[in-house]
Order: sequence, then structure tokens, then C-alpha cells
Amino acid sequence: MTTDSAEPKYPEHTYLNDGYSLKSWLLTKDHKRIGILYLISITFFFALGGLFALLIRLELLTPQGDLMQSDTYNKMFTMHGIVMIFFFLVPSIPAVFGNFLVPIMIGARDLAFPRLNLASWYMYMAGAVFALYAIVSGGVDTGWTFYTPYSTAHADSHVISTAVGILIMGFSSIFTGLNFIVTIHRMRAPGMTWFRLPLFIWAHYATSLIMILGTPVLGITIALVGVERALGLGIFDPANGGDPLLFQHLFWFYSHPAVYIMILPAMGVISEVITCFARKVIFGYGFIATSSMLIAILGFFVWGHHMYVSSQSEYAGLIFSALSFLVAIPSAIKVFNWTATLYKGSITFEAPMLYVFGFIGVFTIGGLTGLFLAALGMDRHVHDTYFVVAHFHYIMVGGALMAYLAAMHFWWPKMTGKRYPEGLAMVGAIAVFVGFNMTFFPQFILGYLGMPRHYHEYVPEFQFLHIMSTAGASVLGVGYLIPGVCFLWSLIHGRNAGPNPWEAKGLEWTIPSPPPTHNFEEIPVVTEEPYQYTSEASSVRHS
Amino acid sequence: MQGGLKFFPDQASTMAGPVDAFFFYLVGVSVFFTVLIFTLVAVFAVKYRRRPGNEQGAHIEGSKLLEITWTVIPLGLVAIMFFWGAKLYYDQERAPANALDVLVTGKKWMWKFQHSNGRREINTLHIPARTPIKLTMGSEDVIHNVFVPAFRVKQDVVPGRLTTVWFEATKTGSFHLFCNQYCGKDHSRMVGKVIVMEPNEFQAWLAGDTGLPPVASGELLFNQLACNSCHMGEGMLRGPSLAGLHGSRVALLGGGSVIADDDYIRESIVNPAAKIVDGYQPIMPTFKGLVTEEQLMHLVAYVKSLEAPSGAKAGAAETTSGATLAVDAATTAGQ
Ligand code: HEC
Ligand SMILES: [Cu+2]
Ligand SMILES: [Cu+2]
Repeated sequence: MTTDSAEPKYPEHTYLNDGYSLKSWLLTKDHKRIGILYLISITFFFALGGLFALLIRLELLTPQGDLMQSDTYNKMFTMHGIVMIFFFLVPSIPAVFGNFLVPIMIGARDLAFPRLNLASWYMYMAGAVFALYAIVSGGVDTGWTFYTPYSTAHADSHVISTAVGILIMGFSSIFTGLNFIVTIHRMRAPGMTWFRLPLFIWAHYATSLIMILGTPVLGITIALVGVERALGLGIFDPANGGDPLLFQHLFWFYSHPAVYIMILPAMGVISEVITCFARKVIFGYGFIATSSMLIAILGFFVWGHHMYVSSQSEYAGLIFSALSFLVAIPSAIKVFNWTATLYKGSITFEAPMLYVFGFIGVFTIGGLTGLFLAALGMDRHVHDTYFVVAHFHYIMVGGALMAYLAAMHFWWPKMTGKRYPEGLAMVGAIAVFVGFNMTFFPQFILGYLGMPRHYHEYVPEFQFLHIMSTAGASVLGVGYLIPGVCFLWSLIHGRNAGPNPWEAKGLEWTIPSPPPTHNFEEIPVVTEEPYQYTSEASSVRHS
Repeated sequence: MQGGLKFFPDQASTMAGPVDAFFFYLVGVSVFFTVLIFTLVAVFAVKYRRRPGNEQGAHIEGSKLLEITWTVIPLGLVAIMFFWGAKLYYDQERAPANALDVLVTGKKWMWKFQHSNGRREINTLHIPARTPIKLTMGSEDVIHNVFVPAFRVKQDVVPGRLTTVWFEATKTGSFHLFCNQYCGKDHSRMVGKVIVMEPNEFQAWLAGDTGLPPVASGELLFNQLACNSCHMGEGMLRGPSLAGLHGSRVALLGGGSVIADDDYIRESIVNPAAKIVDGYQPIMPTFKGLVTEEQLMHLVAYVKSLEAPSGAKAGAAETTSGATLAVDAATTAGQ
């Protein structure tokens, strides 16, 4: 895409060279720097969560527990889940790319509340300190779902400090969501009407709604766990007159929508990248934007699909099942629209686009297998087996993480002003896709065979598939290292990117890479719809 | 059964076939859409790759017709899934009336079973083939879950309440039973076996080494704990008669009513204040902590075994137990 001729000049004043002191970073109010702070923090947690995953997969190579004791294993999967979900996936795209891009994409100089934005990072870090304290001082073994009464009356691990960590982390989520909503409402550049917003913005708007409506419930739930555990009040523990199912209702009221906190921003990324590398306007803009909102709203009413076999009322089960099927439709609509966007495109295959292809593939499989779990009579067999493990990894690791990597490659030149080595990055994308499927596809079969999740030891007939899965995980592990190598290499040797290395549309590509501290010399005036890669002249309208 | 390669679970219950049939429908739909999307993406990627003469995409903003198509067709397909899944669930939730009862207690980290004649076993459950079995389950500590993959059944075992699950084995042999809800350190060792025998062999097995049957043990407890002082006897009783209680509708103080199922009877014993029977004083003491989960199940089994007095029997299922008492009083008065 870039001609090899003259290397673009590196801009003189950028947000990166606007002060080098530690203080200039730690007290920054620049949304871009805060995005970078988040990037560094969550990368650390991704590596930590990955380390736990590695240990889990190694242990599962054999049916006996030989690498570690049962309680250690239980802590491994608990901490893998907590770290990956609360400290990596929930913040990932919104906190890094949302922070960096939301103001720029709508033509603003910063978020509405820059101080609150900085505070959100500090909340995240404070939460992280508690979680890390829990990890190094012995760990926690309740599973990331903290089911009661195990978590409140039986576990003798560091439940309270972990809970406090998640509670505090939750505030960072709420602050970020609030900031995005206000920013998107109040700070759009002239001409940036609601239906000229990039779909990335719509996705973040929907995500922010979930963050501010759902996260407080998580906070209360976690706080109640702490209260019951510390004071012995009977809230969830039937031995003291509590109701263990109440916990599950509260917990999933947040934690199902939380899946959409992870996947909606990912969907936003896909719309941005696919249009650029197909050089086409998005197919069905209105339908994609609306489906994000529908997902955010409907997503709040399906939590009971986690409780079909919990002894929840049968009739509740029926309603939750019907609604869960309904929420699948907007996701399907998006996949169809992305596919249609490729039709009659002019497609190239750089790393971001390869991740998008990967995303569409694994998200399709992840979404379809969700239907098995929404179906009452089928869920009874697959509930809490490896089928579920495979399903949500397809959505959260396959889907969200692949989109995160697409975003990393796509906007890296914007954030750093440097190109990464394209060939190697493409190899990385392929390795991640292949490794991912090798790791998690066998787990669907394991689950249908009846392998329960959270098992340290298992019956020998499951071993073959576990070996396959672990083999895949090593490919996946290497796959994840490759982007790391590319990005480090690019910082040292990368060519200057210039303002718009992908020849992409969108306001972020109209300013220098890396952008100056205040983004725009002059606030832009927006005159057209997003993704105008083609002129109306060549228009072929279907209707 | 042990070791070896396996890619599909045994089908060993009446539920396995229907669940698998549904599974194949779901797999069919999934494969269709996966192949469809993969093929379209691949074909478009190759056909519309950038090359001389194809530097720019076509300007296509969308198509209402297509949007409607790919909304309505999936809606239709998931509607089928919903009803099919709901039908199976309905069948899974309703044990046939002639099912054999087995009591199950889960505790960290073992399973205790007791058959209706009193025979107990741990981590192994013997059952007859071709006979519906109903498990009534309680937990002594945290949430556990009974899962028998070969039967395609699974149900949480929740402390503080009784849950049930049923199945009918179609094949003899030994099948895995897993605890499927994470319950702490040895969760993965909370596994057992279901041994399905020919019914006549099962009868022989059952006859050996029995203890007191649950109903008898429940009766003993009922007298030892002096439940009978309030619930049994002639004339005005301090507590409602429990005869014919199970399955009847009970009117509650302050309005409302409840069907007296296992869980209600259990709750009446450990937490009598939760639901007060209309027309009675809340004087029943709680027996929480005084009886184990297993003894509770025995008490429930005994209360269930108390038949309605023959005169009132016909109406018992519909009348409240208070009304049953009134009928009793009326008949006594009439004599
Ligand atoms: C001091 C008297 C007393 C004793 C002792 C007593 N109960 Fe009760 N029981 C009552 C009263 C009064 C009620 C009705 C008010 C209520 O619902 O609490 C009742 C209600 C019940 C009910 C619900 C009945 C219905 O019609 O819905 C059950 C079941 C029950 N008791 C079982 C037991 C068992 C089992 C024991 C022994 C472990 C026991 N009771 C001991 C007084 C007593
Ligand atoms: Cu969910
Ligand atoms: Cu258990």
C-alpha cells in the first residue's frame, strides 16, 4: 500500500514527546497517554493470565494431577479467569483504543472529563494491587464466579482482597463508560451527526451503557460476598438463612452483559478495519449500529440462561431461553453485514485484515455454539462442561482478543508513528488463528463427552483430546509472541508511518501519527458519512 | 469403558436419544452457517482481491431485502430451537409417577445414596435398567451437581433446598457420575459410578445389607423429636394434620398458597416461620441444626407417606390441609 519511496517525516510535536518525565505520564490528562498507560498495564495482566493458562494446559496433559496439588490447580483457573476477565478483557479495547480514539474519531480534543479519565486508570491500578496482593499471598480458589456459599463460608483463600480488587476495578469501568457517553453526546465536531459516527463509536456507546448500568450490580454483589464472609450475616449461605441462588442472579445480571462489554467494542473494531481493507463503505450501517444498541439492551435480560439446572423456576428458564435466542439475532446480523461488505470490494490482506477474517470465523462458531447453551433441554447436558469453556473462549479469546489484535496492528502506526514488519505480523495472525482453533475446538467434543470444567484430574478416556488442546495452546502461545516481537521491533527499527499509512477514512487518519497533544490544530467540520472509500459515482445500489 | 479413544458419549438412557437428535439439529444449523460464511468470505476474498483493474470497491450501502432475509430466517431457526429445547426440558423436569425413589446427599467430596428399602451406598449407585429413577437430592455444605453424561442429565444439588432429577437407563453397565459444580479442593475427585443392572439382579442386590428404610427411619425421628405431640392425635391439634399433605395446596397466613412439595416440607421443618399455614400460630420450633440433611430427607419421606384419611381422600389433593382438618372435625362432630 505504501510506496517504498520517500519515508514520511516524523512529526515534531507529538503527544509522546510532550514531556518525558514520569510525572508527565502519571499525572497526564491526555486521553492518548492514558490509553498508553492502560495498554502497558493490561499487557502485563494478559501475560500473567497467559502464564496461568499455560500451567493449566500443562497440568491437563495427563489424567492424574502431577504438576500441582488440587488446591493449587483450583487457584490457577480462578486467577486465570479473574485476571483475564476483569483485568484484561473488560478494559482491553475500551480502555486502550476507546480512550485513544473516541475523542479523535468524533473530532474532539479530549474526553469530556480528562481528570476522571486519569482517575479511572488509578482505580484500575488500585484494584490491580489488591488482586495482585491476593495472588502473591497465596491466591484465591473460588472460580471467577465466586459461587456461594463456597466463596462466603467454605473457601479459605484470599477471597476478600480479590473481591475488593474487583470492586475498585469496577469503578474504573464506570468512570470510563460515563466519560464516553458524555463525550459522545457533547463533544462531536460540527457536522458529526449521530449517523455519521464511525461504528466504533456506536459500539463504544453501547458498551458504556452496559458499563454504567451493570457494573454497580457487580459491585454490590461482590460487597455482599465480602460482608457475608467477614461478618457471617446470612445473605447467600442457607446455613444462616441466606439464598445461594440470589447470588447467582445478581452475579449473572452483571456477568452476562459483561460478555458484551468484551465483544461489542471488538465488533466496532471489525467494522473499521474491514471497510479499510475492502475499500468499501460498510454494508448496512444502520443495522449494525442498531444491533449494537439492541445487544446492549437485550443483553440485560438473559442472565438466567446460566441457571437452567440451578433449580431456578422452570418458567423463568423458558423466558430466559427465549430472550437468549433473541439476543443472538443482532450478532448474526452483524456477521452477515460484514460478509456482505466484502462483496465487490478491493481486498488486501495485511495483518489487521487477517485478524478480521479470523474474528469472523471464530465468532461465527462461538455464536452458533451459544445457541446450544440457550436451548433448555440441550444445556442440561452441556452446562458447565468443556463445551461451555470452548464456547466462551471462542467468543472472548477468539472474538474479543482477535479484534484487539486487529486494532493493535491497525492503529499501532497511529499511536506510535511507526510501521511494524508486515510479513511477520501476517504469520502471527495465521499462527493465532490456527493455534486458537487447535486449542479450543477439541474442547467442544470433550464437553459433549461429558468432561466437567474445573477438573484437576479426569477420567483417562478424555486424555487424547486434552493433549490435542495443549498442543494447540503451544501454537497459540507462540502466535501471541509474534505480535509482541513485531511491535518491539517497530519501536526500534520501524519506518515512519505518516499520517495515513492505510489510506483509511476517519478523522484519526487526518492528523499526524503520532497525533499532537491536542489532536486537531483546528476542529474539523464533518461533511460526509463514514467509510467513503468509494465515490457515489461508482455507486451500485441494491435495494 | 475406561481409556481408549472416544468422540461421542454412550447413549444409555431414554433421554440420550432425544437430546442427541436435538444436538444434531443444532450441529446441522451451525455447520450450515459456518460453511456459508466461510465460503462467502473465502470466495469474496479471492474474487475481489485488489489487483489492477480492481483498485476500488463498489459503492453498496446495503439492502433492506437482504437485511430482512437474514433476520427472519435465523429467527425461524432459533424459534424451532427454543420449542424443541423447551419440550425436552419439560420432559426432563417431570419424573414419571412410578419412578423409584433414591435419596442423594452431596457433601465435600462424596456422594451418599440411599434406596427406599434403606440400603445405602457411597459414590456408587446401583439401579435397575428400564425403570424410571428419581433422585431427591440435598447438600450438606456447598452447591454440588449430579451429572451422568451417558444419561444426558444434570442437576444442581443446592444446600438449603431439595432438588430432583430423573432418568431411565436403557443399557446395563457402569457409567460415570461427576460432580459438575465446582465445590472446592477435591471437586474433581467427587466422582462416582452408576451401575445399571438387570431388574431381577438389582432386586437381589437390593435385598442384601439393608438398614432402616427412609420412611421407617423418618417415623422414628418423628416420634423422637416429638413432632407427633403437635401433629398427631385426636381432637384439636396444635399443628395441622400432615396426612395427605404432600401434593396438596396449602393456604398461607396473609393470603397466597403453595403446593406442598418435598422442598416445602423440608422448609417447614428447618424454617417453619418462612410460610405459616393459615389458621395456625407460628409456634413450631425450628429443627435446623438438630437434624442432618439425610435425616431431613427421612422426615420428608415419612411425611409424604402419610396418606389422607380415607373419608377426605378424594378432595385432599385440592383442599388445604387446614380444610382437611375441618373436614375431620366435621366428621367427628357428626358422629
Ligand atoms: C410445638 C408444636 C409443633 C411441633 C413440635 C412441630 N410442629 Fe410442625 N407445625 C406446627 C404448627 C403450629 C404448624 C403450622 C404453622 C406453620 O406453618 O408454622 C406446623 C407446620 C408444619 C408443617 C407444614 C404443614 C402444612 O400443612 O403445610 C410441616 C410439614 C411440619 N410442621 C412438620 C413438622 C415436623 C416434621 C416436626 C418434627 C420435626 C414438627 N412439625 C414439629 C407445630 C409443631
Ligand atoms: Cu450469559
Ligand atoms: Cu461437588
